[in-house]
Amino acid sequence: MTALNRHRALLDFTVAALARRRVKTLALVAVFAAVVFLLASAMFFAASLRREAEATLAGAPDLIVQSLSLGRQTMIGAEAVPQLAAIRGVTGVEGRLWGYFYDRINGANYTVMVPDTAAMMPPPGQVILGEAVPRLRDFKWQGTPLFLSRREGDLVRFDIARTLGTETALLSADLILMNEADFRSFFNVPAGQFTDLAVSVRNPRELSTVVAKATIRLPEARFVTRADIARTYQKLFDWREGVMVALAFVALLAFAIFAADKASGLSAEEAREIGILKAIGWDTRDVIAMKLWEGGLISGGAFLLGTVLAYAHVFWAGAPLFAPLLKGWAVIYPEFRLTPAIDALQLGTLFLLTTLPYAAATVVPVWRSAAADPDAVMR
Amino acid sequence: MSLRPATPVLAAFGALLALAGGEAAHAVLTAPREAARLQAEARLVRDLGLTDLALFTEARYTRHPSLADLATAFQDNPLSFDHFPSGSLIAPPEHFGPTALSFSAGDLR
Repeated sequence: MTALNRHRALLDFTVAALARRRVKTLALVAVFAAVVFLLASAMFFAASLRREAEATLAGAPDLIVQSLSLGRQTMIGAEAVPQLAAIRGVTGVEGRLWGYFYDRINGANYTVMVPDTAAMMPPPGQVILGEAVPRLRDFKWQGTPLFLSRREGDLVRFDIARTLGTETALLSADLILMNEADFRSFFNVPAGQFTDLAVSVRNPRELSTVVAKATIRLPEARFVTRADIARTYQKLFDWREGVMVALAFVALLAFAIFAADKASGLSAEEAREIGILKAIGWDTRDVIAMKLWEGGLISGGAFLLGTVLAYAHVFWAGAPLFAPLLKGWAVIYPEFRLTPAIDALQLGTLFLLTTLPYAAATVVPVWRSAAADPDAVMR
Repeated sequence: MSLRPATPVLAAFGALLALAGGEAAHAVLTAPREAARLQAEARLVRDLGLTDLALFTEARYTRHPSLADLATAFQDNPLSFDHFPSGSLIAPPEHFGPTALSFSAGDLR
């Protein structure tokens, strides 16, 4: 009980001492919390997107086969389908039809696709739209048809079968799903031509063997496996998080200078305070405990404040600070909600990276002056 | 009895901890709904055969980074900055391979 009372008294004393330098202390906590907020926001955002990509793209096709010509991806002919289907272990080869459509009206890029399954296939003359398309076109009432213009004086009408919800916006915001016949006539794609081929393989462990055999049959093709897709996204989010952390690192550096200046360059006033405390009978232990409380209150409070705000920013407000950065020049930015995903290890690292150096920077110089003779310190 | 100096500070800590607890509860309570949403997304991916997130729609190679042409990123001239802002947020795809100038994906990191 006595130890608790002692610490309660030390805490009271610390708070009273901090209250004497109120503006300085509050400014320090605010800057500290802002740095933590930026880093934690970037971490939460990237962890959540990574989880989203991992969970959803696990259902992506096992293998995508693209035809390359003149260094670019071109349409692949249907004659490749039986060649791939004949490989042992391949359970199915589907020709995929998809492409991009630049909307001259609002400057947006849509992804036009023919669904793989019959359940998602819209009837002729109709389309299924992603969440962003009616939003950007400003469709006010149900039943508004979608007009697409391929060139000056051209207008093709599609009725809207339905719109995909915002809950899948991160994957489907810019999609226009079309019937195969509509797609071929709209984009002038002759029969027997596909954008690429989706190959399903019975045993995922045989995938590399299947790719090796397929390379012999289609030497000019490029093969993208589901693992390649997963790796691309893993890298993409590491990269993006890295960009944000690099920006926040500059802030962290500025803060480090600020904190080191504040903490290590013990002001004459603080040195005198310590001297007086020692002269009236405080132990070196008490002085260090007091300073530990000070460092703990400031860094712990700033960490808590920054993390709580970062969570609210990313998962409640939808990361509005990052949206312009991610949006770039794109007209379409999906209205998506992120699933809370917190990487405990990352959060722990952030805690150690931000609070420990500050606590050390507070305690070490104090220990040096507290261990000295009070008379010498006060002079 | 007068207010001890530490009381408001401890109260503020308590409030922040309560808020953090509220956020943790939010994460736990929304987990089933979010899991269902992720499942719906995964179903959509399977039904449509999707390969990429619709996060960056400004250019072909940012909309579908995993299926980008081998030469799309940095295509305008050697060592040029990317044309689209989100190009700077996207790493070259993992299977980019060495280029004719023998840059590997690692060099472009």
